[in-house]
Amino acid sequence: MGNTSHGAHEHHIIPLKTYLQVFAALIFLTFITVAVTWFDFGAFNAVVAFGIASVKAALVLAYFMHLKYDNMMNRVIIGTGVFFLLVLWFFSILDIVTRVSEQSTL
Amino acid sequence: MSTANHGNTHSVRHHAHHYESAEHEHQSSKEGVWVFLCTEILMFGGLFVAYAIFHHLFPETFKIGSKFTDVRYGATNTVVLLFSSLTMALGIYYCQIKDQKKAVIALSITILCGFIFMGIKYLEYSHKIHLGLLPGDWYAGNADMIASEIGNLKLPENIGLYFSFYFMMTGIHGIHVLIGMGLIGWVLIRTMRGEFGPNYYTPVEGVGLFWHLVDLVWIYLFPLLYLVE
Repeated sequence: MGNTSHGAHEHHIIPLKTYLQVFAALIFLTFITVAVTWFDFGAFNAVVAFGIASVKAALVLAYFMHLKYDNMMNRVIIGTGVFFLLVLWFFSILDIVTRVSEQSTL
Repeated sequence: MSTANHGNTHSVRHHAHHYESAEHEHQSSKEGVWVFLCTEILMFGGLFVAYAIFHHLFPETFKIGSKFTDVRYGATNTVVLLFSSLTMALGIYYCQIKDQKKAVIALSITILCGFIFMGIKYLEYSHKIHLGLLPGDWYAGNADMIASEIGNLKLPENIGLYFSFYFMMTGIHGIHVLIGMGLIGWVLIRTMRGEFGPNYYTPVEGVGLFWHLVDLVWIYLFPLLYLVE
């Protein structure tokens, strides 16, 4: 295998400072997650909680999991998983909310 | 590090013959981990969608059920897990810049955080089991103890449903934390042996991806189980 290049591949190294900044942002957003429950946004409570969680998830994916500097393939793989999860969620909710209500506890 | 006479330490690592190059091997291994993480998302996703459906059908059950969870425990565990994600990422970072000693420290702290997380989980679980707050049909809540916990609230008939979700979601997540700790222990030992460096750290990266996913799931579980309105 003498003709194959090896060892010289440069992987992008995220600077230490960036990791610390991302961590600080995640802690701040955790505080916000708890703080928003002191206020009532009515029907938007769940949307706000999920929105903040998704920002945190995006930070972890992009920096801790290196997706920002990774090849497109890995983004497509994980995006496919999330997409089909949303499909499952969407049609399940569509079914549930459009049913004629019946009184039952279980 | 005077590890120059170790076969593949910090020097060129010889990739398996069915890969074109070490880089090809690294990328393929990582891609395999991402495909696995995709199946993990779909597995936890099923539980999340089930949660959405039952929360829609019985909002009171979830609202009252979440009164039994302590936000202080949940928030602490969130911070512990986020911090462990940072140290995990730093473990890879220190492998990349060839600082073996710091990589070992970072990975050790990550495992320690896993123990703290599971310790807090143990406190929460034992308290709930003590009150009889068990999943589904096993629910055997002690009325007096519950009244002293959340006051005289009328509990929904199907309150066990909340605890089914609570124990199933945090339980499967907890098993992932334990498996993650074992995997980090494995790469920690290999790091101590000096097997990883800038040219080869694929197992550390793969285990790291798994650990971050476990963190990701918790990021959603925390508001879902502790902060329900």
